[in-house]
Amino acid sequence: MMEKSRRRFLKVAGIAAIGLGAAPAMNFAALDSHGSASAVKTKHPDVLVAKRWGMVIDTEKLNDKILKQITNACHIHHNVPDFNHEVDKEKFPKTRPVNHKQEIKWLWKEKFHYAFPDKEDEFLNEKFQNMSFPVLCNHCKNAPCVQACPTQATFSREDGIVLMDFHRCIGCRFCMAACPYGARSFNYRNPAPFIGKIDPDFPIRSKGVVEKCNLCAERLAKGEQPHCVEASEGAIVVGDLEDPASEIRKLLRENYSIRRKQSLGTEPSVYYIV
Amino acid sequence: MLEIAVKGNRNYWLWIIFLLIVIGIGKIAYLDQFFNGLMITGMSRDVSWGFYIANFTFLVGVAAGGVMVVIPYYLHDYEKFHRITILGEFLAVACLIMCLLFIIVDLGQPVRMLNVLLYPTPHSMLFYDMIVLNGYLFLNIVIGWKVLEAERNQVTPPAWTKPLIYLSIPFAIGIHTVTAYLYCGLPGRGFWLTAILAPRFLASAFAAGPAFLIILCYIIRRFTKFDPGWEAMQTLSKIACYAVIANLFFFLCEVFVVFYSGIPGHKSHIQYLLFGYHGYNALVPWMWSGFILMAVGAVFLLIPRLRSNYILLPVACAMIFIGAWIDKGLGMISGGFVPSPLHHVTEYAPTLQEIIITLGVYAAGFLVLTILYKLATTVKEEVNG
Amino acid sequence: MTKNMIMGGLAVFVLAVLSPFWFNMVTTTQAAPEPELLGNAKKATKCVLDKYDMRANHMSLLDEWRDAVVRDADRIYVAANGKSFNMSLSTGENSCLGCHEDKAKFCDSCHNYTSVNPYCWECHTNPKEIE
Repeated sequence: MMEKSRRRFLKVAGIAAIGLGAAPAMNFAALDSHGSASAVKTKHPDVLVAKRWGMVIDTEKLNDKILKQITNACHIHHNVPDFNHEVDKEKFPKTRPVNHKQEIKWLWKEKFHYAFPDKEDEFLNEKFQNMSFPVLCNHCKNAPCVQACPTQATFSREDGIVLMDFHRCIGCRFCMAACPYGARSFNYRNPAPFIGKIDPDFPIRSKGVVEKCNLCAERLAKGEQPHCVEASEGAIVVGDLEDPASEIRKLLRENYSIRRKQSLGTEPSVYYIV
Repeated sequence: MLEIAVKGNRNYWLWIIFLLIVIGIGKIAYLDQFFNGLMITGMSRDVSWGFYIANFTFLVGVAAGGVMVVIPYYLHDYEKFHRITILGEFLAVACLIMCLLFIIVDLGQPVRMLNVLLYPTPHSMLFYDMIVLNGYLFLNIVIGWKVLEAERNQVTPPAWTKPLIYLSIPFAIGIHTVTAYLYCGLPGRGFWLTAILAPRFLASAFAAGPAFLIILCYIIRRFTKFDPGWEAMQTLSKIACYAVIANLFFFLCEVFVVFYSGIPGHKSHIQYLLFGYHGYNALVPWMWSGFILMAVGAVFLLIPRLRSNYILLPVACAMIFIGAWIDKGLGMISGGFVPSPLHHVTEYAPTLQEIIITLGVYAAGFLVLTILYKLATTVKEEVNG
Repeated sequence: MTKNMIMGGLAVFVLAVLSPFWFNMVTTTQAAPEPELLGNAKKATKCVLDKYDMRANHMSLLDEWRDAVVRDADRIYVAANGKSFNMSLSTGENSCLGCHEDKAKFCDSCHNYTSVNPYCWECHTNPKEIE
């Protein structure tokens, strides 16, 4: 008898617990309708729009100096930590030694056979052999990272930009395994001690999230060109791939261009004129 | 029934305390990781999954291996497995708990873990992995518990456990298939991009699971009055034997395909694992020992006279288990990341702290396993005695 | 087990469960701080929500904002009262901290009092603190 009534109690308690759990869920579902009924969220008046954003990099116009400018502009303005930066011991005491293999980069340079490993030629044009190519997120049309992400923290925006929602990322790094371009970096540690001067126009990141190039979505939203475009002295052009009249489509019509690992079917949106 | 777990002899409590101490040390190491980030691991930008995910993958296999006792007993009425089905189910429970813990310790932002439920994403394989892992865990807890309880009360288990048992079979196959799909659906990783990955995972799972179960049977015989049955162990050893042979065969198929076709993006990884790549060869001795262990273990289990040797059987099983762990736990994950998609070579080795955290997770799993096995064996002793 | 032991155990349990309450009764508690409006915020008469709505719901509004900015590229919030704002915690004149200049007195004082520790400021920078 004792046994029976204990069981019944447990059953009732279990059902009650489900009820308790359901209440917040109901509240959550009801949340949408509250408050800001007549408020509207809109775009910035100067916003730059495209059907599908893409990038064309004219490698003819690049040299090491410009490459450095581009990388710096990108990394400084996006508060990308530099593990060679000397840590301010007063502000960040007890900062542990750095593992440079855990570095973070959004845009960097690679030699031809690393940037285009499937186009490795036995007798490659000498010019290409010595040249460095900027590599970055390709904002693929069929992005494997977006497919892999279990929380939609990385997602393809309607205009083709593949973005990271740092608020939502759980740090599982599935996207890093999925990316065929090694474009993603993980914050193995708090990056703050390694950022020289924080740019207030962009957030820094917390430890435990993945980051990568965002095609300067925060600048396009305000009508500004990406940092790399501005620093490239005309070598990089960003525009609408779906618009036949756009400048980048004109460049692609008139020049021979290649993309990284396009045989994988990811449809990269970054083209290299060679 | 749980009250059985708090009644034990001195050795039982010493073992529990030992596990608790290991868990405690692991917990301290984990807290440091929790506050400072995954920087304390050996993982890097190029090798972004390491020891945690590797052990996760391996243990999913051991958990799935439990189905090798469920199928013969429930689908083919193989009476000899009657005594050990519960052991297979409880082993799966302990392994799955370790799997979930390994996922948690691998997350960069563990406090946001529930985002996976808050933003369910059916195009992500991790979504399905979450469903099948938790589903299989739930099924095994319910089934194991109900069946054992019924045995204790000397009644037949409730009828509704039967459909759950049948459901648990596709779930067992499912957990390891979906875990393989995590890897083999990624376009840029030549090592994993093979349709045979899920079958390979299952083969090594059906070798490692039963092999470990045989070792556990030896331990149970040594420390309790419950006898799992020599014939059941012999049948298990045959299952482990053919599964490990299948595993080796599948790997040979991989080796043939990559070397005969010679496609660099696929070949370079196996080259790295077996012979070294551009002078990097940290895993070469490991991989060869892994395959030799599995092969020799398979030969031991194949020859009836050796297989039925009471001393040799656990040795052969240990060889297969360790070999499978090296194959999956060390080679499978690192092999996929080295060389990187840009063909840079960054090697990976776990740090001491990473290993301590891993041991903590294993200790937690063994604590669960000990308690569940204590329940199972005590009930069986009661019933038989 | 004796009745006394059970009652004693229950008493300890109840005490432990109620610890936040008696702990607060024993230690001195201060009245809730009022967020201080300084500088531009004092001059402006309207904010994104009215006062009480703001107090109760600013966190869910910010949650909506971050999704709108990050995921939909919306940047401007036209409030129910007709004023428009830059949906940003800290960038530009028209953001939260652009108007409420003193983060310590606007955000932190209440958050500290209620022991909430939002992780906004792990990544978003208070422009005043950069120097």
